[in-house]
Amino acid sequence: MLFKLSLKNIKKSIKDYAIYFFTLILGISIFYVFNALDSQTAMMDVSQSTRELIKLMMNMLSAVSVFVSFILGFLIIYASRFLIKRRNKEFGIYLTLGMSKRRISMILFLETLLIGIFSLIVGLFIGTILSQLMSIIVVNMFEADLTKFTFVFSKSACIKTIIYFSVMYLFVMLFNTFSVSKCKLIDLLHGNKKSEKLRLKNPFLCIIVFVLSVLVLSRAYYMVTKGFVSMQNAKDIFVPIIMGVVSTFFIFWSLSGLVLRIAKSLPKFYYKGLNSFTLRQFSSKINTTIFSTTIICLMLFITICLLSSCLTMKNSMNEGIKKFAPVDIELTNKRNMDNAYLKQSYLDNGINETQINNSHINVLEKLKEFDYDITKYLSDYIEINMYATPDLTLNHTLGSKLESVRTNYPFIKYDTMEEIIKISDYNKVARLYGSKEYSLSDDEYIVLADFKSMVNIRNIALENKETIIVFDHTLHPKYNECQDGFVEMSSQSINAGIILIADNIVDENYLYQDMLMGNYNTTDKQEIKNIESSLNSLSSNPLKDTYLLPDGTTKISIKESTNSLTVMVTFIGLYIGVIFLISSAAIMGLKELSESSDNKERFKILRRIGAPEKLINRALFRQIGIFFLLPLVLAIIHSVFGIQFAVKILEIFGTEELLPSIIMTSIFLLLIYGGYFLITYYCSKRIIKEKY
Amino acid sequence: MENILKVDNIEKYYGSRSSLTKAIDNLSLEVEKSEFVAIMGSSGSGKTTLLNVISTIDHVTSGHIYVGGVDITKLKGTEINKFRREELGFIFQDFNLLDTLTAYENIALALSIQNESAKSIDTKIKKVAEELDIKSVLTKYPYQMSGGQKQRVASARAIITNPKLVLADEPTGALDSKSARMLLEKFNYLNNELGATILMVTHDAFTASYASRVVFIKDGQVFKELYKGDETRKVFFDKIIDVVTLLGGDLEDAL
Repeated sequence: MLFKLSLKNIKKSIKDYAIYFFTLILGISIFYVFNALDSQTAMMDVSQSTRELIKLMMNMLSAVSVFVSFILGFLIIYASRFLIKRRNKEFGIYLTLGMSKRRISMILFLETLLIGIFSLIVGLFIGTILSQLMSIIVVNMFEADLTKFTFVFSKSACIKTIIYFSVMYLFVMLFNTFSVSKCKLIDLLHGNKKSEKLRLKNPFLCIIVFVLSVLVLSRAYYMVTKGFVSMQNAKDIFVPIIMGVVSTFFIFWSLSGLVLRIAKSLPKFYYKGLNSFTLRQFSSKINTTIFSTTIICLMLFITICLLSSCLTMKNSMNEGIKKFAPVDIELTNKRNMDNAYLKQSYLDNGINETQINNSHINVLEKLKEFDYDITKYLSDYIEINMYATPDLTLNHTLGSKLESVRTNYPFIKYDTMEEIIKISDYNKVARLYGSKEYSLSDDEYIVLADFKSMVNIRNIALENKETIIVFDHTLHPKYNECQDGFVEMSSQSINAGIILIADNIVDENYLYQDMLMGNYNTTDKQEIKNIESSLNSLSSNPLKDTYLLPDGTTKISIKESTNSLTVMVTFIGLYIGVIFLISSAAIMGLKELSESSDNKERFKILRRIGAPEKLINRALFRQIGIFFLLPLVLAIIHSVFGIQFAVKILEIFGTEELLPSIIMTSIFLLLIYGGYFLITYYCSKRIIKEKY
Repeated sequence: MENILKVDNIEKYYGSRSSLTKAIDNLSLEVEKSEFVAIMGSSGSGKTTLLNVISTIDHVTSGHIYVGGVDITKLKGTEINKFRREELGFIFQDFNLLDTLTAYENIALALSIQNESAKSIDTKIKKVAEELDIKSVLTKYPYQMSGGQKQRVASARAIITNPKLVLADEPTGALDSKSARMLLEKFNYLNNELGATILMVTHDAFTASYASRVVFIKDGQVFKELYKGDETRKVFFDKIIDVVTLLGGDLEDAL
């Protein structure tokens, strides 16, 4: 009997439950998709290091899943509370008919159970389909080859989803039981009769608060963008965040009072069609929803920043590899390690005396000792030398500007030795990399750097034409700013500074390393793999204790290590971002719908005085639209500055192409937030519809 | 005199063939311009159904209803809304004012959905507020007003569009006797001075006694009609009571 009642209740109100179902199914399928990621990667042909990374990523995602399940749990409880509220009258009737509260709880329990099972089945089904789509993204992310496409179903993710959501449903059931046992019959039957008194705010106070909030917000915007340089430590970021949150709240607060005032002063607009009604609806409700609007605005803001910056990271990383790892392989060989000013630090790093004493041969000679000839694999290669002297550190390069720089940037190591390269050697590199070549006269030097904050610091000295003394020669800067360029391969612009000087003033005694960079004579992936594994196998050669092996960096290894970071950040960002988006949109939608029963009466009156259906629908559309748009608009304004800040923070990763990721973010927003808006609109329309 | 409303042999059935309920059974009625007609009847007599079909909220099973010469039983969708908006004014027992809007805005809404300009809305509201004595409450919200004030605001909203016919459904039902009397006097004012045609449904003899004609309905048919003529309200009231008594005890509880 109870079961039948529950089933009928659900059937009857399936359309009221639409948004609840939609949220549950979306939540379940996303939960499944992200927890099933590892099985998607199983069919990919990836290296061992990538496998390790996937393991690490899955662990991270598991941890995030716990966080996500908390958010979803609260969302589901909120949603079910809304549904109970809608059915107060029904429960009231049950109670007056003599049904015990325990049995009502039982009905609710059964309903939650049925909905839970139904949503899990549908959610997992959709999740499985979505995760097939996801595998395409995953393959793309890891830049792996799809050996063969197979339909994957992750049993472990499925079980995990079921367990997590069962626990959530259990909490919902407990919560429902609790709220039923607490309610009073009189409130259930006449709950919706309570009318809320309208408090009108003082317009002058509103204007003052509004202007103040806008000022505070602008200040916060300034602090995270232009004022970013003056931020000394991580704690400083809390100030603009708090300013932003508080001003967001007060902007909504004052707006609720102001919009109506402004509209009323425009009678031509105000008394047109149902405008006065819509605006009153807006201002009567925003009073009670300021808090939640603020929360939703901030959540949307985080989502937009998260999605667009993590998607940008991926793009910029790939761009970075193309630009900053232009050749296939680079070997670095330490030289003259027994030099007095170097030896101790090598010993500290666990390098033995024999290795140090055998460090007077260049990279090719050293590989010969291992009976290995790298050149037979290379189509073209160059060798260069690099020098360093304790007489030329950052202290010296900055010259008279040292003190002022030190006060602004106290955390830089100023006694690091500068890397020095002959101009002819650098030009060899530039020709190989396809970058700009330079020329120098004997009394000039060039600083080559592309790491932005170091460029800024060095430019202070260069603008001041600081002279340096290298190997007993006094040199002037050729340019009054750093030149763009790099020597060592990496995934982004991390060249903190290289000094280029004329060939004939270099003192060979200060040679501290030589490098070889070149391209393979093959493009075949398997052959490249073989070359690199043969090179790697040198590390198991016993001779390595006699001769220190050169350091090797290959384009492939840079790619893999870069991927490890971007893929992880991207997936976690996507996961949290999408869940946040769903949560805020769902709360918004549920809030709107919970008002609909009040609105029903009002729209009925409108109909009775003869307002045409078209006008009524338009009024409803606008009303819901305004409520959905309001937090979004402010969130977008926040994000304009937030993304700029994120770009600055992530600068070390090198961010260039924001546009595609912003477009991607907009698509996410449009799909999820827009989808919720439409569902809310159609559900509300159904609620206010009256049958004659 | 011109016929504003002509109800011609209408029938309204509810239910299926096996259990048929005749809410209105072959009823005809005519209301002339500037008439104030009260319809009385016990619950279940069909008076609310009659009001519903006249106001196009419900459809007749057979028969025709003409308002200003137009057969409203033939109207469809948007035409119905237009008709209701332009030709009818409604006054309800529970006021049906929008709680989020002030009195002024509530009245204005009836005009603004007819695309009236803000300026003429203002002039018209000023005028009607004067007539119905609600100038002092124009800026107030419904919850700040008394029942009588609310009903007068609702009346202002009903007549401001100059409807051919004002339909009032138990307008005094939620009012105390003093407010009720004040409202009904305003109805008389609207009827006599402004020439408004009012059709009012009530089960209260006192309320009905303000009308110029009372139509009694029983079992979906016109049972009797009373004209006030030149009699005083007191005499008319007694006459109404007589008919109510004749109709049977089922109206007594309403008195």
